[in-house]
Parts: sequence; structure tokens; C-alpha cells
Amino acid sequence: MKSLMDGSASRIRGIAIVCAAGLLAACGNPSSSNNTSGTNTASAPGITATTITIGSTQPLTGPAAPGYSEIAPASNAYFQYLNAHGGIFGRKITYQYLDDGYNPTNTASQTRKLILETKVFAMFSSLGTPTHLAVVDYINSEKVPDLFVSSGCNCWNDVSKYPNTFGWQPDYTIEGKILGQYITQSLSGKKVGYFYQNDEFGLDGVKGLDAQLGASSIASRQNYVPTNTNVGPQIAALQASGAQVVVSFTIPAFTALALLTAAKLGYHPIWVVSNVGSDITTLTGLLKAFSKGAAGGQLLGGMVTDAYLPLVGDSSNPWITLFKGIHDQYISTLPWDEAFKAAGRNPTRSSFVKSLESTKLSNGPALAPFGYSSSNHLGVLGVQVATIGADGTETTTGPVYTSSDSGPISQYGGSASSPPANGIP
Amino acid sequence: MVAVHSRLDRLASRTLGGHLLLALGAAVLLLLLSTQIGAYDNYNLTAVAIFAVAAAGLNLLTGLNGQLSLGHGALMAIGAYTASLLLKDHELPVVLVLLLSVLSTGLIGIVFGYAAARLRGPYLAGATLTLAVALPQVATRYKSIFGGESGLTVPPTTPPAWLGPDFPPERWLAWIAVAAAVVTFVLLANLLRSSAGRAFRAVRDNEAAAALAGIDVARTQVLAFVISAACAGLAGALFAYWSGVTAPAGFGVTLSLQLVTAIVIGGLGSLAGAVWGSLVLVFVPSLTSGMASTLNVPSAIANNLPLAIYGGILVIAMLVAPHGIQGTLTRILTIGRARWGHTPAGGQKGVVDWDDPASDP
Repeated sequence: MKSLMDGSASRIRGIAIVCAAGLLAACGNPSSSNNTSGTNTASAPGITATTITIGSTQPLTGPAAPGYSEIAPASNAYFQYLNAHGGIFGRKITYQYLDDGYNPTNTASQTRKLILETKVFAMFSSLGTPTHLAVVDYINSEKVPDLFVSSGCNCWNDVSKYPNTFGWQPDYTIEGKILGQYITQSLSGKKVGYFYQNDEFGLDGVKGLDAQLGASSIASRQNYVPTNTNVGPQIAALQASGAQVVVSFTIPAFTALALLTAAKLGYHPIWVVSNVGSDITTLTGLLKAFSKGAAGGQLLGGMVTDAYLPLVGDSSNPWITLFKGIHDQYISTLPWDEAFKAAGRNPTRSSFVKSLESTKLSNGPALAPFGYSSSNHLGVLGVQVATIGADGTETTTGPVYTSSDSGPISQYGGSASSPPANGIP
Repeated sequence: MVAVHSRLDRLASRTLGGHLLLALGAAVLLLLLSTQIGAYDNYNLTAVAIFAVAAAGLNLLTGLNGQLSLGHGALMAIGAYTASLLLKDHELPVVLVLLLSVLSTGLIGIVFGYAAARLRGPYLAGATLTLAVALPQVATRYKSIFGGESGLTVPPTTPPAWLGPDFPPERWLAWIAVAAAVVTFVLLANLLRSSAGRAFRAVRDNEAAAALAGIDVARTQVLAFVISAACAGLAGALFAYWSGVTAPAGFGVTLSLQLVTAIVIGGLGSLAGAVWGSLVLVFVPSLTSGMASTLNVPSAIANNLPLAIYGGILVIAMLVAPHGIQGTLTRILTIGRARWGHTPAGGQKGVVDWDDPASDP
């Protein structure tokens, strides 16, 4: 079993996402700042004088569990940290996350349970592209704030159709463009193939890659569905096409399957893997488990990926120091009673959404700024390319780039922000 | 002869009348219940009604006709995709959508029924399992029609205007599902009392004997499969409305096995058993699903606990009630009657035959 304190990137992600939410609370809404005084009232469903209840659907079991099942418990740890430090305006957070097994049908029923029965104030950091697509209409028809969807699909950025939904990580098209740019600059002249999940996750990534590499130059395009774990035919087709670089928009289990299958076939391209499928700790564990110990982290050497949060190994980064501190103190006890700060003392669902649109958030732990405004619900706007060395350490390379789905790629000039004292916004 | 005929006619009409009265009572009771409970309870009531329809159809096939199907989840998928495709670009009345879904699944049921009638035991189980595994992949393969892994979203049914603007949509859907379930159960209950129902049982018990008695075995099996598929199609269409999304992952092998679980836990061969099984199917996971985020144990345990508990409950249920919930209830009633009440015809006071298969409804 994986150690609970191994500092896996997915745990960092779980905490970082809550941290961003906390920042929102700290910055507050200028127009509602006069509401911060006074007493706590039950101002909205899910908010009482002493508690805020929020909900989430997560792949705690099923094909996406490896790598992702630890995100919610890690978020929970940070909520506990906030609770222990006074909560938000004295309110404690209850973070109720339910397992959907990465199955859209389960997501539909679990989301209704959270909204109709638990009566959560907001949905928070629900994970997965196909899963969240199943409920985004419903959540918006119920006018429930739908914050920081853990998916880079650009489907969340549709202000007129989904006014309550906000993205979180860089959308896959932006990520694909920046990875594509890296390939044209640093791996030029090599034949490129794709391996991607056959849904909006993979297809959005491919859209960004094609914009940079040119659709006609791709040697082979292979896809998979998460319900079928045999990727042999696809990898063999990539090998046959002579692709020297394989760009992989995959969830961790399928990154590991692809690497192992390729190794078995004696096929050793340069792997360029989307951020969501490249967590070293998760992949090492999966490679060992799938190969029954025959292979491991050595297959990751030379991989190219990207990051939108500081790297786990970067102990000089103050955010990582903070997150590790929270981990060590809280994760092993897995607390459940947690707090979540809202914009203003007594927010309603609609005032909360408005404040998210109008507040200029600092980057928090993210490497690039957030895109939130009244016309834009994109999350982090950019990434930094990273490489994995033969020894399994990840190093960022080059500057942080930002982009939009159709605009040009530009270098981000801003500097990284530092966490507030104790990490309490 | 004439006297016998008229007696049979009277019996049939009495059966139909009795079933209708019972159904009407159940429908009124459930509709009243739905006005007293919250939105999420109505959502669950809908789920129970949907699974009851599918499980009743499967019970007819497996419990009464002796054909084991591990592919009913795939038949539900056909109903669900029919409904979703119909609703993709058009606004159609619910009744029409449900009827068309029943029709399409029934038609496909004829094809599979003919294949199934040639197979026995494990071969039939294997063939239907193939259906459960393979069919959802069609949706992934033809992404432009069926929406791939993300599936097709289904617009919710809006309550009619005469119910008022604040009528909860969950309650409206519960009414639709309950109505569909009641109609299905009345039709099935009557069918089971008819010559067709008796033929189903005769084929289940001994094919050779049934054939000697003049029953066309293959035709009976195909008929059972088609009726069963039609029920699955109706359930699938309701499932599409209920879930709001029709995606291949929702109709995997798990769903097929869940339906088999429902009829085994509820009671093989009885319509009431299908209802009991559906209650277990809906409420046990619902009770355990919140545990992962509320229990103070390491996440590797907490994340998997709801599934483990669900599995444990199923194992215990099979140990405690090997004949299913309905079978156990029937036996308790039989014991009660044998001990304290009037002696059932042919039975001896105080004697209960535990190995006797559950009596039919």
C-alpha cells in the first residue's frame, strides 16, 4: 500500500485546490466587504451559523482511482487545517465526497444525493471529464455553485450555458498547444504519434497539439476507452507507424499500461504525457503492480510532461513546504470535519458565484494566473514543461507559458506568489 | 364443457379484477407517499420502480422460464439509447418514448431470444454475458451517434402545467416510473396466471415433459425472452430519464449482475421478489456511500468500504435467506398458518417443507 505521506503530486493537487478556494475567501468581494461584520446566519442551503457543507464526486474506486483517489482525502486535510485554525468566519467545513467509480451514471446519482439530500452549498472539485459532463446541466439548473472542476475540459468555460461552473486546471487544449510548441522547438524532425482517451479529455488535448504540429504531419492517432484495458493493438500501431515521439493524453492507469506494453514490444519512443497522467509516484506504483514487480520507475526516465503547480520535489518552494507540513500533521488521521471560507460572512449561492467572477485572485500555488471573470470561467491559464530524469526526479524546463483556446502562446512574466502565514488566508 | 369454460372465464376475470384492484391500491398508496417525502426520496423511489420493472422481467425469464440471462443490463442499454436518441433533437411525450423503447428492445429481444432458445445452462449464461460485455462497446465505437464514453444527455421531464409551477420534477418522474411499474406488474401477473405462464413453468421444470404435453418449447422460450427484453427496454428508457445521461459505463456487466442479484436476493420466480431485490439494490449502496468522507480511517480503507459492506450484506443475505426475501416471507407465513391458522390444503398441521421451492405469486 502506498504510504499516506509520500507527497504524491495528486495529494499536493488536492490541497492546492482548496487553498485557492481559501484565497477567494480571503480576498473577498469588495462590494460585500461590509458584510464581513455581524453575525453568522443560515444564508443559503448548506450554510448554517456554524457550518458550511460542500460536496464532491470522486473516483475513489474504479479505473481512475490510482492517482486520483487520494485527492479528496488530501483536500479534506486542508479543510481540517482551516477548521483547526478557526474555520471561515467561525464556520466549520464539512466536505462530503462520494465515490462515482469514474462512471457517469454513478456521478449522476451521487450528485443528486449531494444536492437533494445532503443539501450542499456548492459542488467542489468534482473529478473527471466524462463524469462531470453527465451532471453539469443538472448542477446549473439547480443553481448550485460548481467550483474548480478537476478536469481540463474546456466544456466548463461556457458562461452563458453554465453560469455556476468554474474550471480549475489548465484546459487540455492550452496544455496540448504548449506541449506541441515544446515538440516543435526541442524535438523537431521526429515523427510524432498520439495516444489519447477517446472523450473530451483526449480530443481537447489533440486539438491543441494539432494547432501546433499540423494535423497532416501526425504519423498515427490511437485512442482508448477507460473500460477496456487492452492497449496492445494501439501501441503496436504506433510502433508500426515509426513514431519517435508519442504524445499521451491518458489517465495514470493507461499511461502505465502504454509504457509497459511498449516496453514489452521493444518500442522506446520519447513519451510526452499530459499533466493528469504523469504523476511519478502513482506511475511507479502502477508500473510495479501491473508488471508484478518486473518493471518500475525506470520506464519513466526521459518522459516529458508539464506542470501547473510547483513540483513535489521542489523543497525550496514555500507552498510545497506548507503542504507537506499539513500532510504530515493531518493526513494520517484523515479528519472529516472541515471548513470552507466563503466570500463575505453570509453569502448566498449567487453572491458567491458573483464574487468569484469579480475578485482578482492571486495565483496562489499555481504557476500561472486564473482566468476567472464574468465572461470567462477557465482555471489556471498556463503550464511549464517538465522532464523526468533517469533517476525519477522531475525538473521544470523553460518559462511558464499561458494561452487560450484560440489565441497565441505567450510567456508568463509574473512572479510566483508566496503563501500567507500558516497557510491560513 | 360449457360449464368448465364459464368457470374458467369467471376465474380469469376474477384474477384480472383482483390484480387491477391491488394495483390501483398500490398506485394510490405510492402516489400519496411521493407527496409526503423529499426530492431525494422521490429520486430513490423512481430508481426502485425502474429496477423493479427490469428485475420483474428478468425474474419471468430466469425464475419462471429457467433461462439465466447475464445480459439484461445490455437490454436496458438498448431501451436507454432508444429513448436518448429519440430525445436528442425532438421533444416527445414520455408515453411515446417509453412505448418506442419497449418496441425496439422487444424487437432486438426476438433476435436474441431465438439464439438463447438454442442454448442451455452455462452456454446461455456465457452468450448473454457476451452481450453485456460487447454491446456497450458499440456506443464507444460509433461515437458520433451514441456520444462515446461521455454518452448522451437526456433532458429532464418537465411536470405538466396543471400541477403548478412549483411541482418538483423528481416527484413527477417518480409518478411516471411508478405508473409504468404498476402497469407492467399487472400485465405480468396476468400473464403468469394464463396458459402462457403455465407453459413457462412447464418448460422450466422439464422440457421433455412440456414438449410431450404439446407445448412448443422453443417458442415458449423466445416468448419469455421477448417479454423479458421488453421490460428491460422500459426500465432502460426510464433509467435514461432518471439518470439524465446514457453512457456505456452505466450499462456494463455490473448492471446485469446487479439485476441477477436483485432477483436472487428478492426471491426467484416471484414478482414481489423483484420489488424486494430492487429495494436492496437502491437503498443499501445509498446508505453506505457517504462513509468514505465521514469515517475516520485511512483513505485506502474508507474509499473501498462502501463496496465491501455492500458485498458483505449480499453474502449474509444469501446465508440467512437462501430462498430470497420473498421465499423467506412465504415460509414464515406458511409456518404461521401451519401452527396457528387453518391447515393449507394437502398440508399437515405443524409441518413445513423447507425444501419446497418458493410458491409462485
